[in-house]
Amino acid sequence: MIAILAFYLFAVLTVASAIAVIFARNPVHSVLWLIVAFFNAAGLMLLLGAEFIAMLLVIVYVGAVAVLFLFVVMMLDIDFATLRSGFSRNLPFGIIIALVLLGEIIVASSAWHARPVLGGGQVPAAKIPNIVALGQLLYSRYLFAFEIAGLILLVAMIGAIVLTHRSRRDRRPQKISRQIARRPDEAVKIVNPPVGEGMKL
Amino acid sequence: MIGLTHYLIVGALLFTIGVLGIFLNRRNVILMLMAIELILLAVNINLVAFSAYLGDLTGQVLAMFVLTVAAAEAAIGLAILVIFFRRRGSIAVDDVNRMHG
Repeated sequence: MIAILAFYLFAVLTVASAIAVIFARNPVHSVLWLIVAFFNAAGLMLLLGAEFIAMLLVIVYVGAVAVLFLFVVMMLDIDFATLRSGFSRNLPFGIIIALVLLGEIIVASSAWHARPVLGGGQVPAAKIPNIVALGQLLYSRYLFAFEIAGLILLVAMIGAIVLTHRSRRDRRPQKISRQIARRPDEAVKIVNPPVGEGMKL
Repeated sequence: MIGLTHYLIVGALLFTIGVLGIFLNRRNVILMLMAIELILLAVNINLVAFSAYLGDLTGQVLAMFVLTVAAAEAAIGLAILVIFFRRRGSIAVDDVNRMHG
Protein backbone atom coordinates (compact mmCIF):
# COMPACT_ATOMS: atom_id res chain seq x y z
CA MET A 1 0.00 0.00 0.00
CA ILE A 2 2.71 2.44 1.00
CA ALA A 3 4.63 1.51 -2.15
CA ILE A 4 1.64 2.36 -4.34
CA LEU A 5 1.21 5.65 -2.54
CA ALA A 6 4.93 6.43 -2.90
CA PHE A 7 4.83 5.58 -6.61
CA TYR A 8 1.96 7.94 -7.30
CA LEU A 9 3.54 10.68 -5.18
CA PHE A 10 6.88 10.44 -6.98
CA ALA A 11 5.33 10.03 -10.42
CA VAL A 12 2.95 12.97 -10.08
CA LEU A 13 5.67 15.20 -8.64
CA THR A 14 8.13 14.22 -11.38
CA VAL A 15 5.69 15.00 -14.19
CA ALA A 16 4.42 18.18 -12.52
CA SER A 17 7.90 19.57 -11.98
CA ALA A 18 8.88 18.62 -15.53
CA ILE A 19 5.94 20.68 -16.75
CA ALA A 20 7.08 23.52 -14.49
CA VAL A 21 10.58 23.28 -16.02
CA ILE A 22 9.40 24.11 -19.51
CA PHE A 23 6.73 26.64 -18.54
CA ALA A 24 8.56 28.62 -15.84
CA ARG A 25 9.14 32.25 -16.77
CA ASN A 26 12.45 32.55 -14.95
CA PRO A 27 15.21 30.11 -16.04
CA VAL A 28 16.52 29.94 -12.48
CA HIS A 29 13.15 28.57 -11.45
CA SER A 30 13.37 26.13 -14.35
CA VAL A 31 16.65 24.77 -13.01
CA LEU A 32 15.23 24.47 -9.50
CA TRP A 33 12.20 22.57 -10.86
CA LEU A 34 14.61 20.35 -12.77
CA ILE A 35 16.28 19.49 -9.46
CA VAL A 36 12.89 18.59 -7.97
CA ALA A 37 12.19 16.37 -10.99
CA PHE A 38 15.52 14.58 -10.56
CA PHE A 39 14.93 13.96 -6.86
CA ASN A 40 11.53 12.46 -7.55
CA ALA A 41 12.86 10.35 -10.39
CA ALA A 42 15.49 9.07 -7.95
CA GLY A 43 12.61 8.10 -5.66
CA LEU A 44 10.96 6.21 -8.53
CA MET A 45 14.19 4.32 -9.15
CA LEU A 46 14.48 3.46 -5.46
CA LEU A 47 11.01 1.91 -5.66
CA LEU A 48 12.29 -0.28 -8.49
CA GLY A 49 15.22 -1.48 -6.39
CA ALA A 50 17.82 0.33 -8.47
CA GLU A 51 19.56 1.97 -5.55
CA PHE A 52 22.80 2.74 -7.34
CA ILE A 53 21.12 4.54 -10.23
CA ALA A 54 19.00 6.49 -7.75
CA MET A 55 22.06 7.69 -5.85
CA LEU A 56 23.82 8.41 -9.13
CA LEU A 57 20.89 10.58 -10.20
CA VAL A 58 21.07 12.59 -7.00
CA ILE A 59 24.86 12.93 -7.03
CA VAL A 60 25.53 13.44 -10.73
CA TYR A 61 22.39 15.22 -11.90
CA VAL A 62 21.52 17.30 -8.87
CA GLY A 63 25.06 17.74 -7.59
CA ALA A 64 26.83 18.41 -10.87
CA VAL A 65 24.63 18.97 -13.91
CA ALA A 66 21.89 21.05 -12.30
CA VAL A 67 24.41 23.18 -10.44
CA LEU A 68 26.29 23.70 -13.71
CA PHE A 69 23.04 24.89 -15.29
CA LEU A 70 22.46 27.18 -12.33
CA PHE A 71 25.95 28.67 -12.67
CA VAL A 72 25.52 29.34 -16.37
CA VAL A 73 22.04 30.82 -15.98
CA MET A 74 23.23 33.16 -13.26
CA MET A 75 26.57 33.98 -14.94
CA LEU A 76 25.17 35.05 -18.30
CA ASP A 77 23.41 38.38 -18.25
CA ILE A 78 20.51 37.58 -20.52
CA ASP A 79 17.24 39.34 -21.15
CA PHE A 80 14.98 36.33 -21.01
CA ALA A 81 11.82 38.24 -21.86
CA THR A 82 12.88 38.60 -25.51
CA LEU A 83 13.80 34.95 -25.68
CA ARG A 84 10.24 33.96 -24.92
CA SER A 85 8.81 35.91 -27.84
CA GLY A 86 8.13 32.88 -30.01
CA PHE A 87 6.51 30.96 -27.16
CA SER A 88 2.84 31.48 -27.96
CA ARG A 89 3.44 31.19 -31.70
CA ASN A 90 5.03 27.77 -31.25
CA LEU A 91 2.45 26.59 -28.72
CA PRO A 92 -0.26 25.02 -30.98
CA PHE A 93 2.23 23.21 -33.20
CA GLY A 94 4.22 22.01 -30.21
CA ILE A 95 1.11 20.72 -28.42
CA ILE A 96 0.03 18.80 -31.54
CA ILE A 97 3.47 17.20 -31.92
CA ALA A 98 3.56 16.34 -28.22
CA LEU A 99 0.10 14.76 -28.22
CA VAL A 100 0.88 12.64 -31.28
CA LEU A 101 4.14 11.51 -29.69
CA LEU A 102 2.45 10.72 -26.37
CA GLY A 103 -0.22 8.66 -28.12
CA GLU A 104 2.39 6.70 -30.03
CA ILE A 105 4.47 5.96 -26.94
CA ILE A 106 1.45 4.91 -24.88
CA VAL A 107 0.24 2.60 -27.64
CA ALA A 108 3.74 1.15 -27.85
CA SER A 109 4.08 0.61 -24.13
CA SER A 110 0.63 -0.95 -23.76
CA ALA A 111 1.49 -3.29 -26.64
CA TRP A 112 4.23 -4.63 -24.40
CA HIS A 113 1.61 -6.97 -22.93
CA ALA A 114 0.88 -8.45 -26.34
CA ARG A 115 4.25 -10.09 -26.69
CA PRO A 116 4.95 -13.76 -26.04
CA VAL A 117 5.74 -14.31 -22.40
CA LEU A 118 9.41 -13.94 -21.52
CA GLY A 119 10.12 -13.86 -17.85
CA GLY A 120 7.98 -10.90 -16.88
CA GLY A 121 6.25 -10.17 -13.64
CA GLN A 122 7.88 -8.88 -10.53
CA VAL A 123 11.34 -10.27 -9.93
CA PRO A 124 11.92 -11.81 -6.50
CA ALA A 125 14.22 -9.85 -4.24
CA ALA A 126 17.85 -10.30 -5.18
CA LYS A 127 20.27 -12.26 -3.02
CA ILE A 128 23.06 -9.71 -3.27
CA PRO A 129 22.72 -5.93 -3.00
CA ASN A 130 22.02 -3.99 -6.14
CA ILE A 131 25.31 -2.11 -6.01
CA VAL A 132 27.34 -5.32 -5.68
CA ALA A 133 25.53 -6.94 -8.58
CA LEU A 134 25.95 -3.85 -10.73
CA GLY A 135 29.63 -3.62 -9.90
CA GLN A 136 30.23 -7.26 -10.76
CA LEU A 137 28.56 -6.77 -14.12
CA LEU A 138 30.25 -3.44 -14.81
CA TYR A 139 33.80 -4.53 -14.07
CA SER A 140 33.61 -7.83 -15.91
CA ARG A 141 31.33 -7.91 -18.91
CA TYR A 142 31.03 -4.20 -19.55
CA LEU A 143 34.57 -3.22 -18.63
CA PHE A 144 35.37 -1.93 -22.10
CA ALA A 145 32.21 0.16 -22.27
CA PHE A 146 32.96 1.45 -18.81
CA GLU A 147 36.44 2.58 -19.86
CA ILE A 148 34.98 4.24 -22.94
CA ALA A 149 32.52 6.09 -20.71
CA GLY A 150 35.44 7.38 -18.68
CA LEU A 151 37.15 8.47 -21.88
CA ILE A 152 34.01 10.34 -22.96
CA LEU A 153 33.97 12.20 -19.67
CA LEU A 154 37.65 13.07 -20.06
CA VAL A 155 37.06 14.40 -23.58
CA ALA A 156 34.07 16.40 -22.34
CA MET A 157 36.10 17.90 -19.52
CA ILE A 158 39.03 18.86 -21.75
CA GLY A 159 36.65 20.17 -24.40
CA ALA A 160 34.77 22.36 -21.93
CA ILE A 161 38.01 23.75 -20.52
CA VAL A 162 39.51 24.44 -23.96
CA LEU A 163 36.31 26.07 -25.19
CA THR A 164 35.81 28.44 -22.30
CA HIS A 165 39.41 29.18 -21.38
CA ARG A 166 40.71 32.57 -22.39
CA SER A 167 44.16 33.87 -21.61
CA ARG A 168 44.27 37.35 -20.12
CA ARG A 169 46.42 40.03 -21.69
CA ASP A 170 47.76 41.54 -18.49
CA ARG A 171 49.14 38.46 -16.87
CA ARG A 172 52.90 38.01 -16.35
CA PRO A 173 53.87 34.42 -16.93
CA GLN A 174 57.15 32.93 -15.80
CA LYS A 175 59.71 32.71 -18.63
CA ILE A 176 61.58 29.62 -17.61
CA SER A 177 64.02 29.60 -20.54
CA ARG A 178 65.22 33.10 -19.73
CA GLN A 179 65.59 32.21 -16.10
CA ILE A 180 67.71 29.21 -16.88
CA ALA A 181 69.80 31.08 -19.47
CA ARG A 182 71.03 33.65 -16.97
CA ARG A 183 74.72 33.44 -16.08
CA PRO A 184 76.33 34.84 -12.91
CA ASP A 185 78.64 37.21 -14.80
CA GLU A 186 75.75 39.00 -16.53
CA ALA A 187 73.40 38.95 -13.56
CA VAL A 188 75.77 40.08 -10.81
CA LYS A 189 77.99 43.17 -10.81
CA ILE A 190 80.55 43.76 -8.12
CA VAL A 191 81.26 47.44 -7.44
CA ASN A 192 83.25 49.21 -4.80
CA PRO A 193 81.77 52.72 -4.45
CA PRO A 194 83.88 55.40 -2.87
CA VAL A 195 82.70 56.89 0.42
CA GLY A 196 80.20 59.73 0.12
CA GLU A 197 79.67 59.53 -3.65
CA GLY A 198 77.00 56.93 -4.07
CA MET A 199 76.85 54.85 -7.20
CA LYS A 200 75.18 54.71 -10.59
CA LEU A 201 73.20 51.71 -11.64
CA MET B 1 -0.43 -3.04 -7.83
CA ILE B 2 2.14 -1.01 -9.68
CA GLY B 3 3.07 -2.67 -12.94
CA LEU B 4 5.61 -1.99 -15.63
CA THR B 5 3.01 -0.02 -17.59
CA HIS B 6 2.82 2.61 -14.86
CA TYR B 7 6.52 3.29 -15.13
CA LEU B 8 6.38 3.29 -18.91
CA ILE B 9 3.60 5.88 -18.83
CA VAL B 10 5.62 8.10 -16.51
CA GLY B 11 8.53 7.76 -18.93
CA ALA B 12 6.27 8.55 -21.87
CA LEU B 13 4.90 11.65 -20.16
CA LEU B 14 8.40 12.89 -19.30
CA PHE B 15 9.64 12.27 -22.84
CA THR B 16 6.68 14.12 -24.31
CA ILE B 17 7.16 17.05 -21.95
CA GLY B 18 10.81 17.18 -22.99
CA VAL B 19 9.96 17.24 -26.70
CA LEU B 20 7.28 19.87 -26.06
CA GLY B 21 9.86 21.94 -24.20
CA ILE B 22 12.20 21.82 -27.19
CA PHE B 23 9.40 22.94 -29.49
CA LEU B 24 8.16 25.73 -27.24
CA ASN B 25 11.48 27.30 -26.28
CA ARG B 26 12.99 27.53 -29.73
CA ARG B 27 15.07 30.58 -28.90
CA ASN B 28 16.34 29.74 -25.43
CA VAL B 29 19.20 27.25 -25.61
CA ILE B 30 19.42 26.77 -21.86
CA LEU B 31 15.83 25.58 -21.70
CA MET B 32 16.41 23.35 -24.72
CA LEU B 33 19.32 21.70 -22.92
CA MET B 34 17.14 21.23 -19.85
CA ALA B 35 14.45 19.65 -22.03
CA ILE B 36 17.08 17.25 -23.40
CA GLU B 37 17.97 16.33 -19.82
CA LEU B 38 14.29 15.57 -19.20
CA ILE B 39 14.20 13.33 -22.28
CA LEU B 40 17.27 11.44 -21.10
CA LEU B 41 15.70 11.09 -17.66
CA ALA B 42 12.64 9.52 -19.30
CA VAL B 43 14.92 7.11 -21.16
CA ASN B 44 16.61 6.21 -17.89
CA ILE B 45 13.30 5.55 -16.16
CA ASN B 46 12.27 3.23 -19.00
CA LEU B 47 15.60 1.39 -18.92
CA VAL B 48 15.55 0.90 -15.17
CA ALA B 49 11.89 -0.17 -15.17
CA PHE B 50 12.52 -2.80 -17.84
CA SER B 51 15.67 -3.90 -16.05
CA ALA B 52 13.77 -4.38 -12.77
CA TYR B 53 10.82 -6.17 -14.31
CA LEU B 54 12.87 -8.48 -16.53
CA GLY B 55 15.38 -9.23 -13.79
CA ASP B 56 18.27 -8.24 -16.04
CA LEU B 57 20.79 -5.77 -14.69
CA THR B 58 22.02 -4.79 -18.16
CA GLY B 59 19.37 -2.10 -18.31
CA GLN B 60 20.82 -0.40 -15.26
CA VAL B 61 24.33 -0.55 -16.72
CA LEU B 62 22.99 1.09 -19.86
CA ALA B 63 21.19 3.71 -17.77
CA MET B 64 24.54 4.55 -16.21
CA PHE B 65 26.09 5.08 -19.63
CA VAL B 66 23.15 7.27 -20.64
CA LEU B 67 23.81 9.33 -17.52
CA THR B 68 27.48 9.67 -18.45
CA VAL B 69 26.66 10.89 -21.92
CA ALA B 70 24.05 13.27 -20.52
CA ALA B 71 26.58 14.82 -18.18
CA ALA B 72 29.17 15.18 -20.96
CA GLU B 73 26.57 16.68 -23.29
CA ALA B 74 25.46 19.22 -20.68
CA ALA B 75 29.05 20.28 -20.01
CA ILE B 76 29.95 20.73 -23.67
CA GLY B 77 26.62 22.38 -24.51
CA LEU B 78 26.95 24.91 -21.73
CA ALA B 79 30.58 25.62 -22.67
CA ILE B 80 29.53 26.32 -26.26
CA LEU B 81 26.72 28.50 -24.90
CA VAL B 82 29.15 30.52 -22.79
CA ILE B 83 31.51 31.25 -25.69
CA PHE B 84 28.55 32.02 -27.95
CA PHE B 85 27.29 34.50 -25.38
CA ARG B 86 30.74 36.10 -25.11
CA ARG B 87 30.89 36.56 -28.88
CA ARG B 88 27.32 37.77 -29.46
CA GLY B 89 26.03 39.08 -26.14
CA SER B 90 22.88 37.01 -26.57
CA ILE B 91 21.88 33.36 -26.64
CA ALA B 92 19.12 33.59 -29.23
CA VAL B 93 19.68 30.53 -31.38
CA ASP B 94 17.83 32.08 -34.30
CA ASP B 95 20.95 34.11 -35.03
CA VAL B 96 23.27 31.12 -35.18
CA ASN B 97 22.85 30.78 -38.95
CA ARG B 98 24.51 34.17 -39.31
CA MET B 99 27.85 32.85 -38.07
CA HIS B 100 28.96 31.64 -41.52
CA GLY B 101 31.81 29.43 -40.50
